[in-house]
Amino acid sequence: MAEFPKISAMGERAILVQFEPVIDENLLEKLLFYKNKLEEFYDEVKVEVTNTYNSLLISYMFTIEDVYGEVSALKRLFSEAKITKLSNRQIFHLPVCYDEEFGWDLEEISSQKKLSKIQIIELHTAPVYTVYFIGFLPGFLYLGGLDKKLQISRKKEPRLKIEKGAVGIGENQTGIYPKSSPGGWQILGNCPVNFFDKNLNPPCEISPGDKVKFYSVSKVEFVEISQQVSEGKFQLKKENYEG
Amino acid sequence: MKAEIEVLHPGLFSSIQDFGRRGFQKYGVPFSGAMDRMALKTANLILRNHADAAVLEITQMGPKLKFPAPTKIAISGAYLSAKLNDSEIENNEVIKVESGDVLSFGRPVKGSRAYLAIAGGFQTEKILESRSWYEGITEFQKLEKGHRLPYSSVSAEVKETYASVKFDNSYLETSEIKVFPGPEFEKLPQELKTTLLKNNFSISKNNNRMAVQLGEKLENELEPIITGPVLPGTVQLTPGGNLIVLMRDCQTTGGYPRVLQLSEHSLNILAQKKTGEEVHFKLGS
Repeated sequence: MAEFPKISAMGERAILVQFEPVIDENLLEKLLFYKNKLEEFYDEVKVEVTNTYNSLLISYMFTIEDVYGEVSALKRLFSEAKITKLSNRQIFHLPVCYDEEFGWDLEEISSQKKLSKIQIIELHTAPVYTVYFIGFLPGFLYLGGLDKKLQISRKKEPRLKIEKGAVGIGENQTGIYPKSSPGGWQILGNCPVNFFDKNLNPPCEISPGDKVKFYSVSKVEFVEISQQVSEGKFQLKKENYEG
Repeated sequence: MKAEIEVLHPGLFSSIQDFGRRGFQKYGVPFSGAMDRMALKTANLILRNHADAAVLEITQMGPKLKFPAPTKIAISGAYLSAKLNDSEIENNEVIKVESGDVLSFGRPVKGSRAYLAIAGGFQTEKILESRSWYEGITEFQKLEKGHRLPYSSVSAEVKETYASVKFDNSYLETSEIKVFPGPEFEKLPQELKTTLLKNNFSISKNNNRMAVQLGEKLENELEPIITGPVLPGTVQLTPGGNLIVLMRDCQTTGGYPRVLQLSEHSLNILAQKKTGEEVHFKLGS
């Protein structure tokens, strides 16, 4: 039998499904395909299915009575080989101000990586990033696709406070701090848009499998967008994504 | 009639909690909810509330609260020397409250977290289907002086039938934590498995609603994992050898090896432990 997926109980109320430990978009597609299958398979009220890079977690409302039966049923479900491509993917265009007021570590990245600030901005805004999952903090997107030339280690000592909206790089990851918090990433700009709103259900319109592209805005545009965001008038730029 | 409790003194750390948020982990929102769910249920049961009605979770040093209108309350979980005006009150009983009564707490006697339930439950804001306080989601994270806690006043008639119900509070004193193997348990060498399951571990001062770090280290050479799912009750082992038991407010994902997973009831037991107290893990099947 194949080594993956590994299906096992994680305590009394969850089952963990683990695939090969890689960060890969094909694996993400497979996970999201199975996630949809699982959501159809279960009554949605009883379980919640979440994904990370290579795992699916099925959390139950109550203690699982028959773990063996549950795992066997899941094994049958996962033996289905025909995986269909993701549909309904969206690409979100997010403004980032790379002004030195926000790009606290632009100097450091510039000197370590031997890149001009303009090159850093070009390298950061060029890729179409993939949203793998949301975790760590409410609305924190785990994005894949950072250019290797921008990969840089975390700061030796984490900062006690990073501003809400700060855009940072840590190793091969880039992301946006959805609220002010301590953090060790190298900060290169700020994104004035809220894409997590606790008063909406769902609170975040970006889902795993979606795409994100950054575009550079001036400080004047940053202030304008912030104003529109606070008045609830800002329209997030998004379109359907055909992968 | 709507009324609002006035917070005269906030105590050490209190917060409104219910069963927490389900269905929002995919957005990175923690479960939250009462650290000791059994005590939450007990306090609500005594008042014939819904099992998940919002209660005040009180940690060690309780607040001083003034009630402007009559109601009924019940306290479960830890014994924190509660008093209504000048009279001591018992845990796990319906307590009649009149207009102007003041509830206060004294010396912590047994356990760490007490649960104050009120008839009908606290009526604080509900966000993402729960009233549980969590920074960034609800307006408040912990009780502060001057806060007002809304409730629906009811006539404070007490039916004697509840008084005779007996509750088993032995869990407040047990040190056995039932666990299951975590996803990375099998990566531990045999000697570390043995140490983990045979030794006693103490509660370090780093313990809060997010996590309880244990005082003893477990030197190890486990590789970090690709960021994966974690749950309340997941025991992480860091490269520096720290054992971290994730609690109700934990993040939804993590990158440290997950060596054990606590049983649901063991989360309640651990929630009642204080800094310096000892526990030991027992592997369940």
